[in-house]
Amino acid sequence: MDDSLRELYQDVILDHSRHPRHFGVVEGATHKGEGHNPLCGDRVNVTMALDGEGRIADIKFEGKGCAISQASASLMTEMLQGRSVEDAEKLMGGFLHLVKGEETELAGDDRERLEVMAGVSAFPMRVKCATLAWHTMKSALEGGS
Amino acid sequence: MNAPLKTVFDVAAARADFEILSREVYGKTLVYLDNAASAQKPRQVLDAMRDFAASEYANVHRGVHFLSAASTERYEAARETVRRFLNARHADEIVFTKGGTEAINLVSYSWAAPRIQPGDEIVLSVMEHHSNIVPWHFLRERQGAVLRWVDVGDDGSLDADAVDAAIGPKTKLVAVSHMSNVLGTVSPLREIVARAHAKGAAVLADGCQGAVHAVVDVRDLDVDFYCITGHKLYGPTGIGALYAKRAHLKAMRPFNGGGEMIREVGRDMVTYADPPARFEAGTPAIIESAGLAAAIDYLSSFDRAAVAAHEHDLYAYARERAREFNWLRVVGDAPGKGAILSFETEGMHAHDLATILDREGVAVRAGHHCAQPLMERFGTASTTRASFALYNTRAEVDVLIDALAKARKILG
Repeated sequence: MDDSLRELYQDVILDHSRHPRHFGVVEGATHKGEGHNPLCGDRVNVTMALDGEGRIADIKFEGKGCAISQASASLMTEMLQGRSVEDAEKLMGGFLHLVKGEETELAGDDRERLEVMAGVSAFPMRVKCATLAWHTMKSALEGGS
Repeated sequence: MNAPLKTVFDVAAARADFEILSREVYGKTLVYLDNAASAQKPRQVLDAMRDFAASEYANVHRGVHFLSAASTERYEAARETVRRFLNARHADEIVFTKGGTEAINLVSYSWAAPRIQPGDEIVLSVMEHHSNIVPWHFLRERQGAVLRWVDVGDDGSLDADAVDAAIGPKTKLVAVSHMSNVLGTVSPLREIVARAHAKGAAVLADGCQGAVHAVVDVRDLDVDFYCITGHKLYGPTGIGALYAKRAHLKAMRPFNGGGEMIREVGRDMVTYADPPARFEAGTPAIIESAGLAAAIDYLSSFDRAAVAAHEHDLYAYARERAREFNWLRVVGDAPGKGAILSFETEGMHAHDLATILDREGVAVRAGHHCAQPLMERFGTASTTRASFALYNTRAEVDVLIDALAKARKILG
């Protein structure tokens, strides 16, 4: 099999897409976002509850889509739980660079955990699948509930 | 044009006309099964455009010089070729457009909009492409038109009785695909036209797929409007055509304004050219018109029934082999349908599947195919679609099936 395919559909990705973490809706969410990829019709909803100190106390997603978009959303919610809004935005910037195959500012543990998505960079037509949840998260932060 | 008709379809000989089919992608031989999105071009089409540009090209309908006259002649000869292809009565019933989308927008703007009062109805089938939906949404949004949707059966078939039942006294137009780009369903167009006319409604048929796979006779169909696009017909992008009955065209207001479409322009007045020039503002797709004509000549050089039988065989074979997978559900299996295999795959998203097939050299389409109401009808967001052309083979179907099995291993 094509190495880039193996990299793209590695076990961690398939596991996240089959058993998504943080799947659902946050009760009493302070921030909500709806994402839509008009190319494929995929949708993702992100709900978050921020605490008084600007931390993401709870984050969940709901959606239907390809393995890449679902795994990315699952991984994102897992990473952002308990992080500050500022962190979330920084991670997103690093993630976008990573999946586009550009130099990324991600480091340490964050880099290690998100590295599984790096294979997307060999598939330019699929970058949008990987970034949908992150853009939705950002619009949720900007738009509020 | 006058070449002897080939009564037996020789797929190997036809493949040799398509240079791109011998290329590789990711080290694998290309298996191109995205023909319903756009077909590949034979050398006859590419040569025609190159030769025209290299020897006779200038702007049309303008200059008095030699090349302009030669160009104009070629351009009008292409119109005659389209007329013959659709068996229209008059060449002036053929309007060149950018493609099928522009043709339908032209009918919406120039014919329908001035005739629509709030509450008037447009009947659509649920299997329409967005290009035969959105121009009617414009009339709903702007003029209070009511869109009435006709469902298809679970096998994807469209029933003339169901269309008939949706046509009421306020129906001005029935807009229906001749052949669905997702299901492959072929509409009972002639019957639909007869029923619509009996109730005073006109019919527009989207023939972007239909004209590629079957002989079209607009006079026999008695259809009011019929559109085709060049690029799905083995021709170039950027050109298509609208057939409309002469009486309709004469009564229609202009679409785009500009050069070529006027009779006279003053400071406080303007008068318009007769059809079809009235609807062809600006410099048209001149070189592409030669390509479109060459594509039609190419297709017409075959026995169309033999080509249709070949394509049907490909579909039947693919349909049969797809039964090997209990996780695959075919969407659209109407009797007499065209060679399009759309399917859902349990536990695998169409885009993941298409990515893996791509690495095996197999080009398919994954997504909603610009037919979201139809996806909703079948309760899905997307399907994978393999659509066949005259140059495809059973061996390519085998590659598709092997690639599907491989994808299942990776994603299953």
